[in-house]
Amino acid sequence: MGDAEIIPIGTRGRPGRGTGKQPSSAARSLAPRGKPKPAAKKPSPARDRATTETPAVVADPVLDPSREPVIATDPAALPGETPIIESAPVIEQPAASTSPLVSPATTTSRNPLGGIPSKDWLAAFQHAAREVFGEQWEPQLARFLAFLRRRVTGDYVVDEYGFDQEVTQRFFMAALRPIAEKWFRIEVRGIDNIPTDGGALVVSNHSGTIPIDGLMTMVSIHDHTGRFLRPLGADLVFSMPIVSSLARKGGATLACSEDAERMLRGGELVGVWPEGFKGIGKPYAERYKLQRFGRGGFVSAALRTGVPIVPLAVVGAEEIYPLVGNIPGLARILGVPYIPITPFFPLLGPLGLVPLPSKWLLEFGEPIRTDDYDGTAGDDPMLVFNVTDQVRETIQQTLYSLLMQRQSVFR
Amino acid sequence: MAGVGKVVLVTGVSRDLGRKFARAVALEPGVSRVIGVDVVPPRGDIGDVSFVRADIRNPVIAKVIAKEDVDTVVHMSVISTPGSAGGRNTMKELNVIGTMQLLAACQKAPGLRHLIVKSTTTVYGASNRDPAMFTEDMEPRRAPRAGYAKDVAEIEGYVRGFARRRPDVRVTLLRAANVIGPQVLSPITSYFRLPVLPTVLGYDARLQFLHQHDLLGVLRHSVSADVHGTFNIAGDGILMLSQAARRLQRPSVPMPGFAVGNVGSFLRSARVADFSPEQLSFLTYGRGVDTTRMREVLGFEPRFTTAEAFADFGKTLPTTGGRSERVLAGIARQLPEPGYPRARAQGAPGLVEIGPGGLRRG
Repeated sequence: MGDAEIIPIGTRGRPGRGTGKQPSSAARSLAPRGKPKPAAKKPSPARDRATTETPAVVADPVLDPSREPVIATDPAALPGETPIIESAPVIEQPAASTSPLVSPATTTSRNPLGGIPSKDWLAAFQHAAREVFGEQWEPQLARFLAFLRRRVTGDYVVDEYGFDQEVTQRFFMAALRPIAEKWFRIEVRGIDNIPTDGGALVVSNHSGTIPIDGLMTMVSIHDHTGRFLRPLGADLVFSMPIVSSLARKGGATLACSEDAERMLRGGELVGVWPEGFKGIGKPYAERYKLQRFGRGGFVSAALRTGVPIVPLAVVGAEEIYPLVGNIPGLARILGVPYIPITPFFPLLGPLGLVPLPSKWLLEFGEPIRTDDYDGTAGDDPMLVFNVTDQVRETIQQTLYSLLMQRQSVFR
Repeated sequence: MAGVGKVVLVTGVSRDLGRKFARAVALEPGVSRVIGVDVVPPRGDIGDVSFVRADIRNPVIAKVIAKEDVDTVVHMSVISTPGSAGGRNTMKELNVIGTMQLLAACQKAPGLRHLIVKSTTTVYGASNRDPAMFTEDMEPRRAPRAGYAKDVAEIEGYVRGFARRRPDVRVTLLRAANVIGPQVLSPITSYFRLPVLPTVLGYDARLQFLHQHDLLGVLRHSVSADVHGTFNIAGDGILMLSQAARRLQRPSVPMPGFAVGNVGSFLRSARVADFSPEQLSFLTYGRGVDTTRMREVLGFEPRFTTAEAFADFGKTLPTTGGRSERVLAGIARQLPEPGYPRARAQGAPGLVEIGPGGLRRG
């Protein structure tokens, strides 16, 4: 790499339309100067002497091409006139093969870390630390190091579902918060409806092809109430590598009645999206139409544990990936519920995975109390269906009213 | 015979845990006599235990039970490692046929009052559809098809059948989580003794451990306690597999599941580690069991939590990794104690600028 050749722009490559023979006139005027042919070198000293009065720029590169990069920065060279003057040799010597221009400079003398004294390094490090951690950077950095050491030695606690509060708070929430605040500009309403302590079941509509609405709900609830929403995920979540370990670390557990009741009895704030894949995988044309609410398992879990059900309507998530198509055959082969086609997704490749920046509204409805019912109410299917319908209707009506209030999708 | 005390028969005393339990239960006040049974004599000291060389796979065991007037049988001869038993076929025969013969002998013994079977939480399996914590009345989401888990499922089936046929006998089924301890040799301990741990890429299993001391404790407790039923036995809390590897300071190599299986079968054939195939799903998804019944019905409180049991196991192991920890510790030594400078800065804001420099030198 030491003797890698540096190609200054516009001096060597063939200009013009690329016929490879004769440069276009526009390109000729732009090109600084061709490489002088050996034959053409002879008159150059004479010309040099003759042109000593002209700016040094013209003469120097011909004589000493290694100084060629200097031309642009030469104070004597007026930007306006240099191309014109320089173009002269090009016309005279059109073709050029090898010349000293090929090896103008190497990178040996350009080591960027060369001449910086260690004092400057220290100062720069301190400045950077102050930028990142503020004025109290030393204790902050020490605390951060202590955190890193705790992580590296495994000296932290996870709860029985695998929820890692520290890493959730420090990394997951910190990574998702800018998306929630800056990209989707989430507006939260009715946050008082979430009880400050004790078990509660947040029931939400589900949309957006990829369950980003769940993540955004988690961040919004944590930022507004300080509580962690514990989502219940489909078993597909826990069979996918990486996703499964992240989901457990983030506080999710399997959507089954055992885990739901166990979490609610433990006083956790549990989030459930009863529409499931029918909800997130519905086509764009059916946006904001609630799908069937499962079998009402979430209601019987709430009835058995006597916790309130907080309905949540999310507006905006439908538009992040407008689902216009599906590849059912491929989905069946891969064992996933659907392969989404959005206006951008397979078309733009990974760029199509960037969600559209729709404006989101989250409205938490009034809690539906279940502690009036006795413990056996969860086994009464008619009651379960009625409460399920009540929750579903509440969310649907809230969705409609939010859609009426919304100015546009993106504002 | 009244007032004499219990006569306890312990199977599987040739192995370390069985021998230790037999010795320990012999010292219990209500126990007058302990008979240890196995096909090979125990290697260590068995104290007051009288050893009877008998194979539980043949009807001789019935004669032993009848002759000695045994009233408590503790079945500990369920083997999880095919390597130590001399192959998978022998292991299955010892586990399943041995249990069948033992239970048949027990059924014919009129004096029998109590049967304790050491089972394992492996019966719950491990899959992505598992609930976070299994309670005793839950079934595995996927029935085990092979290996230790299937053996144990069959053994438990026979034990339940025995409990139906002999309702006068108290049957205690103890489903122990992975037993761990400095001297324990099991698939999971041999896995953690590997210098580099192969893990399944993209999954992090939840693990629960039971210290060997607590296993012996719960067995002793159930010999004396007047309870019956099925109980999950595990230490408190959960360790993630990644966390466990970090606590041991062992480097882990994430690789796809099939590759972990291949490495495991290679290690088994090379006799480096007794890595059983059903361990792969356990190391992928993990398992947690609910121990409420253990506390409330059985009345047993384990002395070690999962983390403490694992730390006790890890004490004996040499560390093979931990370089990043040492680097971080080195950096941290250059920096002040967290907390102290902040307190001072709050008291005197003017010292903020001076503080770091002075502390750096100190």
